Amino acid sequence: MSNMSQQTPETDSNVSRQEILEVATLARLGIDDTTADSYANDISKVLGLMHTLAGVDTAELTPLANIHEACQELRADIAKHDINRDRNQSMAPAVEQGLYLVPQVIE
Amino acid sequence: MSELHHLSTEQLIAGLQDKQFSSLELTEHFIKRIDALDGKINSFITHTSETARAQAQAADERRAQGDMRPLLGVPMAHKDIFCTQGVLTTCGSKMLHNFISPYDATIVTNIEEAGMISLGKLNMDEFAMGSDNSSSYYGSVQNPWHLEHVPGGSSGGSAAAVAAGFIPVATASDTGGSIRQPASFCGLTGIKPTYGRISRFGMIAYASSLDQAGSLGRSAKDCAYLLQPMIGHDPRDATSIKHDVPDYVQHMNQAVAQAGDKPLAGLRIGVAKEYFGAGLNAEVETLTRAALQQYEDLGATIVDVNITDPEITLATYYMLAPAEASSNLSRFDGVRFGYRCENPKDLIDLYTRSRSEGFGPEVQRRILMGTYALSAGYFDAYYTKAQRIRRIIVKDFADAFAHCDVIASPTVPTAAYKLSENLDPASMYLGDVYTIGVNLAGLPALSQPVGLTANGLPVGLQLIGQHWCESQLLTTAHLFQQHTDHHLQHSAIAKETV
Repeated sequence: MSNMSQQTPETDSNVSRQEILEVATLARLGIDDTTADSYANDISKVLGLMHTLAGVDTAELTPLANIHEACQELRADIAKHDINRDRNQSMAPAVEQGLYLVPQVIE
Repeated sequence: MSELHHLSTEQLIAGLQDKQFSSLELTEHFIKRIDALDGKINSFITHTSETARAQAQAADERRAQGDMRPLLGVPMAHKDIFCTQGVLTTCGSKMLHNFISPYDATIVTNIEEAGMISLGKLNMDEFAMGSDNSSSYYGSVQNPWHLEHVPGGSSGGSAAAVAAGFIPVATASDTGGSIRQPASFCGLTGIKPTYGRISRFGMIAYASSLDQAGSLGRSAKDCAYLLQPMIGHDPRDATSIKHDVPDYVQHMNQAVAQAGDKPLAGLRIGVAKEYFGAGLNAEVETLTRAALQQYEDLGATIVDVNITDPEITLATYYMLAPAEASSNLSRFDGVRFGYRCENPKDLIDLYTRSRSEGFGPEVQRRILMGTYALSAGYFDAYYTKAQRIRRIIVKDFADAFAHCDVIASPTVPTAAYKLSENLDPASMYLGDVYTIGVNLAGLPALSQPVGLTANGLPVGLQLIGQHWCESQLLTTAHLFQQHTDHHLQHSAIAKETV
């Protein structure tokens, strides 16, 4: 990702196949070279829209994440028992003795 | 009985109360229409006809015992983004092709407690990412006005089903216009409430700071009836806000009772030149301006206001929404529920192939775009920059509302396009240019039908309100609809009898 970190919206919105493949690895998506080229083209077009943001002066502004700027409301610290493990695991691809099964990670 | 699907929600309630028909008869009427005609438009993913019949029978029995809940026995259906316990909940994706939700979304519970009958789950763009309902794993939805045209999206199934006369009202969700745009394309009224007004618990997340549930119906009053049980604070949603809950229908009735010759006298409608710039279809502009003239004829005053350049708003949205999506959709990994690839060779292969095979192209495109924006080196340049600009968008709306009560605009720059036009992503995103600012600012907004193009395709007018002013929007649109008949027009499918 080293070459990606040198780019900014002000300088370039063309995304390469290699960058898409690197981002796909981060996102745990498996895509082939042809698909990567297609996504690179599409995403480059969308990132082209982002050039309009470059000229907006935001120096004095703080980022806005919650529109009401609401604080996290805390619930009372009371134990509930509303998670039904058997029911929730009934739709899992593979379970055994209450555990989710995945391919072996450690030999 | 053949015209039951042309009745308003209020007429259906009156008919049930006066015993003109039973809930079971009403439910059978709609099921019959769905069975006969949905093959033409593909608006449903899952039918729950047998459960609906049982619920309708129970509703009739309760009504006979004196149960006075107004919505008791009235049919509806849910967008397939809402979790429904024991019922397939796909979000339009192969990823959830086998997901039987273990719990109900809060709005599903609330609507059921109001006594309404759910006829099933409605088609949608995959994970609500799309504007024409072409990205659903369960196939495209057709527009009931013209079958070769798209119904809009992402709530395309919800809009198409209501416009086809399969249900009187439907739930929907709106992250960047996904209620209002299909309402416009299908000749319906649809409302996206203030962010935080309706619980998001059990609504599968796309972009958590923008997503909001709402309702679709033929009229503002239809929307109000369904919206009423949906709203309110929910402790299970940390972004749900405690706020007064008005009685929307009562407000509408009071406004009508008090209305004189100029029922909208005193209402200031802000019109921003930014909403009438390049890209706006001439017919859409003509119908929009004609509707504004009708509002003036009813006593409203038009005032000029300014809002943020829509190009900046669009760019901000398409930076923030995919970034949130890439985070939200990381939960789909093939381990705990949903699609899992065959014979994974290791854990990384399980994650990667399950996601690549389970997600469609548009979802993968947005995940990649969001992951790109959130990656090292781009986070500040793209994501944080967009969050800062979001503050400007909010302020510009607030400044505009210093001069007006509501802001009006076209809902979409065009009428419904043909599915065969197959827009590239950047072009499709431009269609959201008038609706996305509302989501970034968390404002309530509705779309109401204001006429048909020469080709017979509906056009919508968007009304934007200040935070928590859904009642004002609904009442304004209702007063307009008391003096106009755009909302009473029927699609080609709705005119078919079975």
